Amino acid sequence: MYDKFIPTAADYVRFAPEILLTVFGTLIMLIEAGRKEDQRRPYGILSLIALAGAIYLAFPAYNNAGPAFQGMLIVDGFGTFFRVLCYVAAALAVLCSGQYLSREKADSGEYYSLILFSVVGQGVMVTANELLMVFIGLEISSIATYVLAGFLRDDQRNNESALKYFLLGSFATAFLLYGIAWIYGLTGSTDLSLIRAALGSANPPNVILTGTAAALMFVGLAFKVSAFPFQIWTPDVYQGAPAPVSAFMSAGPKAAAFAILVRIFMTAFEPIAARWEPILWVTALATMVVGNFAALAQVNIKRLLAYSSIAHAGYILVAITAQSQIGISAVMFYLAAYTFMNVGAFAAVTHLAGKDEKYVNIEDLAGLGQRQPVTAALLSVFLLSLIGVPLTGGFFGKFYIFKAALDSNLVWLTVLGLLNSAVAAYYYLRVLVVMYMQDASAEVPAPKPVSGGILVALVGSAVATVILGVFPSVILNFAGKSGTLNP
Amino acid sequence: MNLLDFVLFAPAAAFVIALLIPRNNPGLSRMFTLGASLVIFLASLLLIGGVSAAPREFRFVTDFQWIQSPNIRYHIGLDGLSLWLVVLTTMLTPIAALISWTYIDQRVKEFYAFLLLLEFGVIGVFVSLDLFLFFVFWEVSLVPMYFLVGIWGHERRIYAAVKFFLYTMVGSMMMLASMIWLYGKAGSFDYGIILDGLRTGKIALTSTEQLLLFLGFFLAFAIKVPLFPLHTWLPDAHVEAPTAGSVMLASVMLKMGTYGLVRYNLPLFPQASRDSAPWIVSLAIIGIIYGALVAMVQPNMKKLVAYSSVSHLGFVVLGIFSFTQQGLDGAVYQMLNHGVSTGALFILVGYLYERRHSLEISSYGGVATLAPWLSTVFLLTTFASIGLPTLNNFVGEFLVLQGAAKANFSWAVFAAIGVILSACYMLWMYQRAFLGRAGESLAHHMHDLSPREWAAILPLVALMIWMGVYSQSFLPPVSAQNAQILEQTKRNVDFRVSNHAIQELGNVR
Repeated sequence: MYDKFIPTAADYVRFAPEILLTVFGTLIMLIEAGRKEDQRRPYGILSLIALAGAIYLAFPAYNNAGPAFQGMLIVDGFGTFFRVLCYVAAALAVLCSGQYLSREKADSGEYYSLILFSVVGQGVMVTANELLMVFIGLEISSIATYVLAGFLRDDQRNNESALKYFLLGSFATAFLLYGIAWIYGLTGSTDLSLIRAALGSANPPNVILTGTAAALMFVGLAFKVSAFPFQIWTPDVYQGAPAPVSAFMSAGPKAAAFAILVRIFMTAFEPIAARWEPILWVTALATMVVGNFAALAQVNIKRLLAYSSIAHAGYILVAITAQSQIGISAVMFYLAAYTFMNVGAFAAVTHLAGKDEKYVNIEDLAGLGQRQPVTAALLSVFLLSLIGVPLTGGFFGKFYIFKAALDSNLVWLTVLGLLNSAVAAYYYLRVLVVMYMQDASAEVPAPKPVSGGILVALVGSAVATVILGVFPSVILNFAGKSGTLNP
Repeated sequence: MNLLDFVLFAPAAAFVIALLIPRNNPGLSRMFTLGASLVIFLASLLLIGGVSAAPREFRFVTDFQWIQSPNIRYHIGLDGLSLWLVVLTTMLTPIAALISWTYIDQRVKEFYAFLLLLEFGVIGVFVSLDLFLFFVFWEVSLVPMYFLVGIWGHERRIYAAVKFFLYTMVGSMMMLASMIWLYGKAGSFDYGIILDGLRTGKIALTSTEQLLLFLGFFLAFAIKVPLFPLHTWLPDAHVEAPTAGSVMLASVMLKMGTYGLVRYNLPLFPQASRDSAPWIVSLAIIGIIYGALVAMVQPNMKKLVAYSSVSHLGFVVLGIFSFTQQGLDGAVYQMLNHGVSTGALFILVGYLYERRHSLEISSYGGVATLAPWLSTVFLLTTFASIGLPTLNNFVGEFLVLQGAAKANFSWAVFAAIGVILSACYMLWMYQRAFLGRAGESLAHHMHDLSPREWAAILPLVALMIWMGVYSQSFLPPVSAQNAQILEQTKRNVDFRVSNHAIQELGNVR
């Protein structure tokens, strides 16, 4: 009996990326502790090595796909996709962080350790096959992110951001945990496939109670993906947190949260799909509308991107509402495209914000087209992709989402969603207008040419955005293959 | 890689090269763009022979898979309908480069790069034979025009550029939804396959479905045309755009809308097209008369020409939805005529603006004595625009009116009012701006056409006469393809009726 609890070699192969990241995260903390004042700080490089190694190890893990640790985790195409996506998002954020932290005189090892630990949590989340692992992963990821949001502890906005995120976040996680407890009480299991079997059996537990449990869990997850009406924290937190952290938060944790949302609702709760579908429908629409219309009025670019990320969460919810394999692939593709374009946009903001993030208003970008043609051109690629102009990843993302929705006969949701994306064009265009069509103001000093890690992150994201727009098959084929979740 | 691929992708390649030209060498940007676009124009002339030989088929076809799932193909080709529109585009791009030579003195490199990107997008729209590819180019052409208006335009340029972008965006979103729905039915975005599926009944659309899909496409195209009452973006965009922007916008981008109506709406949704024809024609006629009346009271020359475009494009829509051979021929011919003569009008207004820095008609007067050649060319273009016989617009308008009269005589009567009104507003503008005594300050600025300006306007003037005197050089391929489209609209309707009848028979049994 007990020999079953001894992990096998295959278990370790499947979990290797997370182990590697944990080792490196700890290593960085140890180096930091023993470092003398004038020594160099190799943390950024170390984190990048760790993330590259994790991406590398994700492939042997995928080749040995299957459950790990007695079915607590499952490594499948879906999980691997999101795993790699979270690592990439973290790597892009790390690339932006070096210059930012030295500018703010806050370069220290903990920052990078926290990012690595947060990614470990996301890795656990996206491969979790069991509700308690979902919860543990979510907590590892969230607690690290709470600290990151308030990393510049002398900065008031950072403190406000971290406090808000922490209080509301823990409240939301409590809902999730409560929902898990209900489900355990109703079905006697926390394993996704067993829950599904229980709910789909000839004699299912009380449907009102299971519905309530699913709703409680949905509240917790809706908070994490910032879906209406749990999106209130997003603008404040994104605005207050350090710019590279906002970049990270808007991509990695969000993608992971979507992954578990899809996994839980498309496997465990699939038997009661008819009950949650209308709720998702309304949530998707309301999220798009609230995100887009609130974004119209923003003056701060970080807040603008925060509201835009709410709107994009709405689009992704549309694909989940479709409840089909193609819908899942659309979610995967969209999140990949979204990661590059959104992190790219935040990377540009990181560079342009200047010390103490003084210049984060849209107006401060005036004349950027002439002052910094390269940065402006790269930022334009991201904005055009966020609008959804063809030949960018954002366009194909939207296309696949609305195609999935139409295939599932969600005609009205599609029409309203597409009209929403026309509204969205307005506020992204405003940024382009300011950059290219207005003259630079004398009050804003010309930004330095972009260089180093931020340049790598910007160019890398832009290239990825365009590649996804011209050859979407690169990712789509894999997403299409992995869109089947086998519980 | 055939000739058409070259004509399509050469502008894109030139765009990339233009971006690499150093910023501090504007002369090189100008020379390069002019040279590249001339080469593309000459290459496009070689397409004419191939298409004219068999205008009912798609020639110069390239077809391969771009994306496996969903099934999206890179499928391009040229037939009698798209041939002249492509040539018009390639011809106007070097002209647009020439007229911007001195007009654009800020950020020259970017301007010319965007001009080439625009050419790429517009040619792509005209040659795509895959709905998805068509949509991609449709949107791609939007971006450079947005920047052309927004960066190099006049005072209210930003308002105009954003309005232009958003209007088009709303329309194209509905078109995208319709395309995806159609794909769900057909399993392909390929134009030929969908058309075939509709003909053989493999793709069955209920009449409500057909109507909604029709409206989805129609909205996108009607905004672009623009059809009354969706035209309000047009005067703003035209007035604020730089001359080259106005020329490209009026001469080729508006044609994207009318081309879409002929290429997609009519053959794909014949029943809905015929059912909604009376409504659409009513809007077109309102547009003809309304555009002309509003043009008459404009104090601003560019606005006047812009509203005259609303009026002229009303004729095109009227011709298309008359469902007669003459009407359709006239409509397509009128697309080309409008491209030539309104393009020329915008160029000439731009010349005046470069001299006097005003678009108000009242700032001029007596230009004829100061710049006789400019005035002569302007007068000729005015006559062309009015539709004087032996000039190009006459042929198109005549055919449209003939077609409309065949379909419904009262349509032709109302539309003819527009022709009369066009004479009023154009001649009145000419009288106020060019005749009379020249003011002291004007004499200071006004000089006659320079060789560069001649080079830009002369081809258009020559075309006005050629197209007016000998339309046989242009019409046969258009006409042949139109006949086929007309057949398609009939065939599909007949099929659906009989199919429906068979079903009912079955039910009775």
